[in-house]
Amino acid sequence: MIYLELYGIFFLIGLFSFGGGYAAMPWILSLAVEQKGWLTLSEYADLTSIAEMTPGPIGVNAATFVGQKMAGLPGALFCTLGCITPSLIIVLLLALLYQRYRDLGVMKNVLFRLRPAVVSLIASAGVTILLLALFNAASYKEVSLTAVRPVEACLFLVSLLLLRKTKISPIAVLLLSAAAGTLLYLFL
Amino acid sequence: MKNEAFAAEKHPYLKLFLSMLEISAFTFGGGFVIISMMRKRYAREYGWLNDQEVLDMTAIAQSAPGALGVNSAIIFGYRIAGLPGVFLSLLATVIPPVVIISLITFFYERFVNNEVANIVLQVMRAGVAAVIADVVIDLGKAVFETKNLLNIALMLAAFFALSVFKVSSLWIIAAALILGIASSLKGGKQ
Repeated sequence: MIYLELYGIFFLIGLFSFGGGYAAMPWILSLAVEQKGWLTLSEYADLTSIAEMTPGPIGVNAATFVGQKMAGLPGALFCTLGCITPSLIIVLLLALLYQRYRDLGVMKNVLFRLRPAVVSLIASAGVTILLLALFNAASYKEVSLTAVRPVEACLFLVSLLLLRKTKISPIAVLLLSAAAGTLLYLFL
Repeated sequence: MKNEAFAAEKHPYLKLFLSMLEISAFTFGGGFVIISMMRKRYAREYGWLNDQEVLDMTAIAQSAPGALGVNSAIIFGYRIAGLPGVFLSLLATVIPPVVIISLITFFYERFVNNEVANIVLQVMRAGVAAVIADVVIDLGKAVFETKNLLNIALMLAAFFALSVFKVSSLWIIAAALILGIASSLKGGKQ
């Protein structure tokens, strides 16, 4: 039965993808594309850009796309459920452990060391997006200061200023800057 | 578990559901953007959590398999409102992408090749980077304010390892974990 098969494969994809949604993409390639033949390679390439271009977690986007292609809306739901089931079980277990033991000495020390590491994780994700935005560069090696995109640089600075100095919600800042940038590109 | 700030709200569950829905629907760029939004919303605007808890939960969400956005919805939901919070947050996180992607599969070739869609995607990144930078400034400042040299060094070293040497984030978490256990064994206090 196709629904159970979709659920099962995406359960595995969810279980194996350590390190966020992007980590799911190679598993989708090997399980859903190469093993099951649910997508062609060019559909897989489209999936990658669509998952990035639409809001929401990348893993859920990818699961919905494959499920929808294979078996319509019910397929999309089974794939999405499949890929969130392992998360639900494992994260809930960790949450319970955190709840129960976070005041324990060892746990306190571990969390105390984990926090600065997590700040770095967020910062490095931010730098990756910033380099893409300002220089269209995939890594710092490709950055050339002369290739800076002025529209994006202004949008970044103004957005950051708004976020630091006013109480405008980040979602409003995001939408405003996207609208302003798009208009600038279309009419300049 | 009681979250008093949450319980004091007039319609706490509705507020949780709608805010998660909004964050999922408008957050482009994946997990860490979602976490930045959640931290701003739940720690700063609503006061349901503090920054430390946000960092702890981010570490947990990152150490489990699966999409980071989904994992953080589960653990933030749990921390804010227990099991009902988990299901509300998950539902709210999953609905927007399922709806949007389901619609897009019908005309995705036109969407992917659409000039305006591509411009929006490109300029959107500038705002997304600003949202993350805003959060990093606050959280990084807090690490410097602890005046704990090992933690400051850890933060900077981890940043270079991640962004220059492209070390996997799982190694960074593992290293911090080992350091934490080691300082416990030495009998060190934070």
